[in-house]
Amino acid sequence: MPRYFTDEHEWIDVEGDSATVGITDYAQEQLGDIVFVELPDVGTMLDKGGDAAVVESVKAASDVYAPISGEVTEGNSSLEEEPALVNSSPEEEGWFFRMSVGDSSELEGLMDEKAYKAFVDNL
Amino acid sequence: MNAPNKSGWKPTMEVSEDGIHTGPATTTGNHALMLEEPLLFEIGHAEVTGVDLPEIDTGAPTRLAGLERSEPIGLVGLTEPETVRHYTRLSRQNYGIDLGFFPLGSCTMKHNPRLNEKMARLPGFADIHPLAPQQSVQGALEVIHQLADWLKTLTGMPGVAMSPKAGAHGELCGILAIRAAHTARGDAREVVLVPESAHGTNPATAAFAGYKVEDIPATPQGRVDVEALKARLGPDVAAVMITNPNTCGLFEKDFREIADAVHAAGGYVYCDGANFNAIVGRVRPGDLGVDAMHINLHKTFSTPHGGGGPGSGPVVFSEALMPFAPLPFVRKDEDGEFSLVEEESREETRGQTFGRMTAFHGQMGMFTRALTYMLSHGADGLKQVAEDAVLNANYILRSLEDILYAPYADSGPCMHEALFGDRDFGGGLSTLDLAKGLIDEGYHPMTVYFPLVVHGAMLVEPTETESKASIDQFITAFRHVTERALAGDETLKQAPYYAPRRRLDETAAARKPKLGWSEPAG
Amino acid sequence: MRYLPLTDTDRADMLERIGASSIDDLFVDVPEVARLDGPIRDLPMHASEMAVERHMKGLANKNLAAGDAPFFLGAGAYRHHIPASVDTVIQRGEFLTAYTPYQPEIAQGTLQMLFEFQTQVARLYGCAVANASLYDGSTACWEAVAMAGRVTKRKRAVLSGALHPHYAQVVKTMAQFTGDTIADAQPAIQTEPDLEGLIGRIDDETACVVVQYPDILGRVSDLSKVAEAAHAKGALLVAVNTEPVALGAIKSPGELGADIVVGEGQAIGVGLQFGGPYLGLFAVRDPKHVRQMPGRLCGETVDAEGRRGFVLTLSTREQHIRREKATSNICTNSGLCALAFSVHMTLLGEKGLRELAAENHRLACIAADRLENVPGVKLLNNAFFNEFTLMLDGKPARDIVRELADRGVLGGVSLGRLYPGVAALDHALLVTVTELTTEEDIETLATELEAVLAKETAQ
Repeated sequence: MPRYFTDEHEWIDVEGDSATVGITDYAQEQLGDIVFVELPDVGTMLDKGGDAAVVESVKAASDVYAPISGEVTEGNSSLEEEPALVNSSPEEEGWFFRMSVGDSSELEGLMDEKAYKAFVDNL
Repeated sequence: MNAPNKSGWKPTMEVSEDGIHTGPATTTGNHALMLEEPLLFEIGHAEVTGVDLPEIDTGAPTRLAGLERSEPIGLVGLTEPETVRHYTRLSRQNYGIDLGFFPLGSCTMKHNPRLNEKMARLPGFADIHPLAPQQSVQGALEVIHQLADWLKTLTGMPGVAMSPKAGAHGELCGILAIRAAHTARGDAREVVLVPESAHGTNPATAAFAGYKVEDIPATPQGRVDVEALKARLGPDVAAVMITNPNTCGLFEKDFREIADAVHAAGGYVYCDGANFNAIVGRVRPGDLGVDAMHINLHKTFSTPHGGGGPGSGPVVFSEALMPFAPLPFVRKDEDGEFSLVEEESREETRGQTFGRMTAFHGQMGMFTRALTYMLSHGADGLKQVAEDAVLNANYILRSLEDILYAPYADSGPCMHEALFGDRDFGGGLSTLDLAKGLIDEGYHPMTVYFPLVVHGAMLVEPTETESKASIDQFITAFRHVTERALAGDETLKQAPYYAPRRRLDETAAARKPKLGWSEPAG
Repeated sequence: MRYLPLTDTDRADMLERIGASSIDDLFVDVPEVARLDGPIRDLPMHASEMAVERHMKGLANKNLAAGDAPFFLGAGAYRHHIPASVDTVIQRGEFLTAYTPYQPEIAQGTLQMLFEFQTQVARLYGCAVANASLYDGSTACWEAVAMAGRVTKRKRAVLSGALHPHYAQVVKTMAQFTGDTIADAQPAIQTEPDLEGLIGRIDDETACVVVQYPDILGRVSDLSKVAEAAHAKGALLVAVNTEPVALGAIKSPGELGADIVVGEGQAIGVGLQFGGPYLGLFAVRDPKHVRQMPGRLCGETVDAEGRRGFVLTLSTREQHIRREKATSNICTNSGLCALAFSVHMTLLGEKGLRELAAENHRLACIAADRLENVPGVKLLNNAFFNEFTLMLDGKPARDIVRELADRGVLGGVSLGRLYPGVAALDHALLVTVTELTTEEDIETLATELEAVLAKETAQ
């Protein structure tokens, strides 16, 4: 299953015409203790690069952008009770939402793991 | 080091090896005068009261449409002695200006004169109803009128709206008047330009009024980049919002040029007056081309901050915006009587008013305090206020810049606040740690992490009501804590040690919010 | 000058340290056009404490204080007895001269007080969570409309005709700029409020219905039908209360199904003060709505040693973090007024509040009965708490109020002042009675009202 990364520190796993989105370990590290995640409602149509979710620490609120366009099919309800999952397991249990893949060609501009690592190392 | 006083007397305290003053544990958790206090709901009772009222006659007929409140409300009461003690104990866990130096940048924590409090409590001001027949409240209307005159004269502006309830409410008033003025001439401009260094209320206010907010770049010297700003002006820009003196503590020396350019492009100039204390009595914003500016009476004019309000935020207006100012306002009639212009008489003066911002006429209790303060100082005293405030801030800047990073130290004199950053701190220490270290030294910390344009910002505003001795002591303490931060003194990470509480877990508070008391289960 | 500690010697020493030759050197960045050659003209010079006191007392003495006349005004601002200890507490420097509790380790006094205040307000309103206060009732009312829009993602608010007209104006003023649609109405002069008509105006686009309880004419009515109708359309019920003492006698808006309850807290502890500063109260019934609330919230936590403590929390909703995406641009609360409210509420307690409410209602019933017997006067209300509407024959009520004031009686609020140009309301007088009203005051009002009305008939 291929994983892609954005320069806004989201990751996206694609499996057929469905995808899972979250924020990277680097992003959670920068944000500090996550206290709240606002997820998009199921059925929301997302545009690539548009606002998709909000992640909050005590002193900051950051927007999470949609890596590609598509429709939200599921939100990670366990984040409601336990936002700390984003800190402890950002790239697995702390996923944000699932979505349909509207246009797979949009994935082409995203980074793979190696490119993202190089990108982060340069920050 | 500066001697703290003439005789050089200094308190000393025995400390244990780890540097912390300790003693045996107490059974109450109290430490002599440092007293713990339970929550009201843990000590009060539903059947206890501190007022004497007639017992309820349960047989009396009521006319309440059958809606009598039958279930317990869940309130508790205390008798008067218990009440006074509860709140007195709570008060002692607070820092206030009365207790010590409070150099909180952009907040102007100056002394609150007690004459102001006494005057506000005169029954002729405190015990009058906002809708009383106007013939019975001529003195109150005159207070509003006199204060309005002072504000107009001090700012060199022709109009003023008195009703806004606080600074942010005043900003809203100014921006709504600007929006109304554009709308009145059919001009649908969409953008408000705000510097990155602005207080968060500026973009929040502009966004509320339906504007798109764009950043104005700053120069490396900490001022608005005039050329970049001019290049951005155009038919879509409704206004610029600029704080002057700005949040980096500098006077925007090109303000007039900026204002002229904005006006030439058909926009208006909103000036955030949060830092008016630096120039009150010395510079009139009207001479700089301002169209609207709010004035925080709780900053410049010494009305108390009260633990976070109430404030008061009158807005002065240029000729161009006056017709759009909100209702109600006070007018002096030809016969010398004062009257309140409300909805019914709006056509006479402010036919294009954008409406009403609050139920009544504004923060009257703050008007009486502010007018008392202005009369006390007079034109000469207020000028001295600005000068002493600016002098104190420059003195602090020049006394600390050798050890603490001061990003704009070479940009000329600062105004009434000095800005520092956290460069070169050792051991992973941050501005927050330095601030908490100052708490242990007996100070309320400066504003931290604002403005956002300086890493680890520390904004120090001494105000004019500190003595030189007080400022010298603060500088000594600040230097000491800074040296610890530069040296990477790990103990700072756990500071404060001596406050009523150690650092509080804000993450836990936000993850599982507990926002009111509830009876323990079982 | 008595508030300025620097001496001329200090100033000279400090300038030297800075390396400036005069104070003017520190103002070099002020452009030429804005430099003045001395103190601003047309203003007086400094004055002694005695002189200022004389000036201010002179102004105060031109007003007729409510305590010096039979007094019957309400309509959003109420005069109740404030125990002496309330003012003692709020004048303690540690409360009076503190700032917003941004350094919680040295602001536990303010924070614990706010936590207690939030609990008191939530219980009074029958809600789950209250915030640390807003500016006043009218701005809280607008904030409720804005919040209902965020929750329902709709842009239409239906206002009851019996909502305080100034509150309705504040809502309409703000809505012009946010693009919300406000459906408002005038109050109908009738014994019972027109709840059916109100319900009929709720549609599928409605974000909220805003109802005042008790309403602007003093009427008390069951909101639960309105709540049901609003909920059936996916809208929220916003209840507005301007007289919190009433909630010691009648069911809370939360119990009747209101989703957001807002109001003016001035009646408890704050005093009249010619309209401000007052105290905006704001609470929600469903804790899930907390993150959509405006304003400061205080929450419980622990410190590094595990001791209970309090902090401002959920502040990512606010302007200093969210900037243009904040839930509101509000930056303060009404802290010291919240303290006054909380101290007074603590002195009252459940028992005192209920007794205070009962005494208000008892005296109001006496006044209604007495005034109804004045020739030319009709009582509109069936139900009321401490405020009711009288319909007067003859001249507009506004003129009658002025004539009563000439006779030394502050007789009420004319609806003509609140609704200029609405002929149907010209003859309505809103009369308020509290525990401070004596039976002698009521008799004086009745006598003087009779005299004023009779004089007119005679003309």
